[in-house]
Amino acid sequence: MTIALEARNLKKVYPGVVAVNGINFAVTEGICFGLLGPNGAGKTTTVEMIEGVTSPTAGEIFYYGEPAGKKFRQEVGIQFQNTALQDFLTVRETIEMFRSLYERKADIDDIIEQCSLGELLDRDNRKLSGGQRQRLLLAVALVNRPRIIFLDEPTTGLDPQARRNFWDLVQSIRAGGATIVLTTHYMDEAQVLCDEIAIMDAGKIIAQGAPDALLRKQYEGLIIELPLADITTDLNGVEHLVIENMGIVEVVTTDVSKSLQELAPHVTNLNHIKIRQPNLEDLFIDLTGHTLRD
Amino acid sequence: MFARIYSIFKSRNREFLRDRASFTWNLLLPIVLMLGLSFAFNEDRNAYTVAVLQDGDDIVTEQHPFLSMRYIRFVATSDKEDALAKLSRHQLDMLVEFDTPPRYWVNPDSAKGHFVELALLQSSSTSPPMIEKEQILGDAVRYVDWVLPGILGMNMMFSCMFGVGYVIVRYRKNGFLKRLHATPLTSFEFISAQVLSRMVLIMCITAFVYTGTHLFLDTRMDGNYFTLFLVALVGALSMVSLGLVVSARVTSEELAGGLLNLINWPMMLLSGVWFSLEGAGSFAQNLAKIFPLTHVLNSARAVMLDGATLADVAPSLVALLGLSVVFFFIGSKIFRWHQY
Repeated sequence: MTIALEARNLKKVYPGVVAVNGINFAVTEGICFGLLGPNGAGKTTTVEMIEGVTSPTAGEIFYYGEPAGKKFRQEVGIQFQNTALQDFLTVRETIEMFRSLYERKADIDDIIEQCSLGELLDRDNRKLSGGQRQRLLLAVALVNRPRIIFLDEPTTGLDPQARRNFWDLVQSIRAGGATIVLTTHYMDEAQVLCDEIAIMDAGKIIAQGAPDALLRKQYEGLIIELPLADITTDLNGVEHLVIENMGIVEVVTTDVSKSLQELAPHVTNLNHIKIRQPNLEDLFIDLTGHTLRD
Repeated sequence: MFARIYSIFKSRNREFLRDRASFTWNLLLPIVLMLGLSFAFNEDRNAYTVAVLQDGDDIVTEQHPFLSMRYIRFVATSDKEDALAKLSRHQLDMLVEFDTPPRYWVNPDSAKGHFVELALLQSSSTSPPMIEKEQILGDAVRYVDWVLPGILGMNMMFSCMFGVGYVIVRYRKNGFLKRLHATPLTSFEFISAQVLSRMVLIMCITAFVYTGTHLFLDTRMDGNYFTLFLVALVGALSMVSLGLVVSARVTSEELAGGLLNLINWPMMLLSGVWFSLEGAGSFAQNLAKIFPLTHVLNSARAVMLDGATLADVAPSLVALLGLSVVFFFIGSKIFRWHQY
């Protein structure tokens, strides 16, 4: 396994705030690596330090074993969450302009086809829909045949259909061999796209690994979920019980039948019970104590 | 490097040229101003102006009754050559010196000169008046001829400073600069492209407006077009570079607008865009010398109205180039890609 990217003791301090507090992680070549965390966790600062657009207060970044430098800048593609493009330029002109800034150049027709921009080439940047705009920004990130692509919350604000289309696009890029570093608020997105994730909170990485492995490590079994309002009496005796802030009671269990039998006498309406697999959002809430949208 | 500079240069030009409102404004403003002023100031100046050759700024009226006459504006000067040049262009109506012997210079082709001469002779206490007369020849300079360099320079100043300064701040604020920073583009390359783009556009606009005005209003051109082109080129460079300094770190468009106006308005008022600073105090005249626009306008007027050569305006061009280098260096050094 080749390590494409490595951050060592990365730290960023703003006046009065430690945004990133000495984190370490490595990204294996060819995977999709997800950086998750609530707003203010430090994930965007972390990614921007790696991308080279923000200077770290301390720490080092290595690109294929070498300190990230000019070569890194030539070989990475970046899609920021909020990027304005030049007004009055068309989609084609925008792609061509960014492409000309690199020594490594992708075939422009391939990018256009890959990002489904063929019918939009002569359209003014300002007249693109949210999904079209994100596809253009991704195309801009691909103009140099990047070995690593950074995607910073690429589907925020998109409708469900556009999000899924974008996921397909990201998966096709990854299938082409590129390494992807994704930051996202959406747990379903991370679960679908990421081979490995790191969860950040308060400037630190609090968990890292493959999503399934992290879930298996944290949870043994399934989750039984029921509304707090449906519970009539004390739940003493029910094992692995968690009462959520949102008025939901959760029970993590490896024996669903036994847990249901324990719960049944205390619940007014069994129809409201849900049984599901634990997911990354559960993991995040358990690890940090707050939701990803905080 | 040049490919990247060319790419940013090209895309900025496209952005500007397709922004029809801004483009039209840049083109129309000087034309409308020129046409308006040419009609508004078609008549000769209606005040008499007499320069008094002496040391110091204070004119002692007791030295001659003429200096107490109403409706004549007296201006002290110690630069005889400059005053005679203005007299030849009818920008002054008379030059007078009450030294020993007292002398005056007048342009025989100037009607106003004739009347102030009569006033001078009648006010003398001796008969015949004990004052020597000398003549200076030269055609009058119409106000429209005089103000054309001012209008072009002013348009150049606003276009250069706002076209670079304001645009860079907007790019920084909306994140476009941050996106460019994530590419191999260097700050030097980006800034060079912005400067080049604005230089080409403003030179084309200035040439277009000058040609149109020259053809339509038959403005005066006594010098060499190449020299005038160099004055405009170096002047534009200095003002683009100044805009760059203002925009190098600012993150708010409001602040950028305020700072640019803070520089532009004093520069416009003190550089002699609309009126000569002849009657202004020495402080204002000295202050005006720090502004690039002053050197641009003085040089352009010298070329257009006096037929000055490249050698004549070389000191101003060197000063402008020096300012450009200083501004460009400072702008590049303090340039910031990010809003935060």
